[in-house]
Amino acid sequence: MGFFQAGIMGFGGVLPMARRMVVDDRRWMSQHEFNELFAVCQSLPGANITNFAAVFGMRHRGVTGAAVALAGLLGAPMAIVMALAGLYARYGALAPVRHALAGLAAAAAGLLLGTAGRIAAPACKSLSNVAVAVLVLAMVLLLHLSLPLTMLLALPLALLLASRAMP
Amino acid sequence: MSLLLQLAALFAKLSILAVGGASATVPEMAREAVRTHHWLTPAQFAQLYAISNAAPGPNVLISTILGAHVAGVAGGIVATMAMVAPSCVLAVLVSRGLERHAGARWRRVLQAALLPITAGLLLSAACVLARQADTGWLTAAITLACAAGAYRTRLHPLLLLAGGAALGFFIF
Repeated sequence: MGFFQAGIMGFGGVLPMARRMVVDDRRWMSQHEFNELFAVCQSLPGANITNFAAVFGMRHRGVTGAAVALAGLLGAPMAIVMALAGLYARYGALAPVRHALAGLAAAAAGLLLGTAGRIAAPACKSLSNVAVAVLVLAMVLLLHLSLPLTMLLALPLALLLASRAMP
Repeated sequence: MSLLLQLAALFAKLSILAVGGASATVPEMAREAVRTHHWLTPAQFAQLYAISNAAPGPNVLISTILGAHVAGVAGGIVATMAMVAPSCVLAVLVSRGLERHAGARWRRVLQAALLPITAGLLLSAACVLARQADTGWLTAAITLACAAGAYRTRLHPLLLLAGGAALGFFIF
């Protein structure tokens, strides 16, 4: 399991890399098994890919496997990011760095907006989906409700609407 | 020590609530880190989010960089473990049961119900970040341009991030 880490270092898109390694290169799983397990991880809280690594590692080598898979997935990126945090603390206030960071931050916000739009677009086919999404948006942005409260209010409604819409 | 405990408590809570991934918890994360604990300014939050986004690896790295900013290497490790462990334990515990019911009606209902919530949370997260990052017309323009780029094209995200950083560097 140690070489789990080899494949799973991707910029931005970790998922395609993980899929290629698990399914194509190492043949640890079929495409169908991968899709099914990933769908499960998506309907659970937490980052899909870390959930996937934990469940996958657990199945093959128990708790050690899960720990190794997670360490392999996160170890190198964590080291890089913590080094960046150190650089940020030291040089983040310098004028040229600050300007580049301001642009970077604006770009990252836009990136997430675009991604959110892509996820929202197919969901917006039904009126009830739009209503739930707008409700969540209003609870977070306008009412400043906490995330637990938002989920507590939105989830039952969304489940009810989804249940009624589904034959 | 109490700082590490606060980090652990915050990210463990977010872990269990992170429907739609780590990015969906950004509004709550910003609220707690910026307003409740005063660990950093809104602009710093947006910048650290952006740096973790530009670095290789999954989205949970936002917890690593925030933890590291607040409490050094120990903070980064504690925050990441708190963000990852609870949801992973939950995933390990319930994945078998969920898989056995693949295609069952209640699972399709659950997935359908989570979709608009995820969409709403991610849109809120983007708005929160935009509000923190966009201090003038130029940053607002960069945000809109990158949003359009990410929505309409298949450009690599790093390209958009690099473009934003370059614009900031040369124009400001």
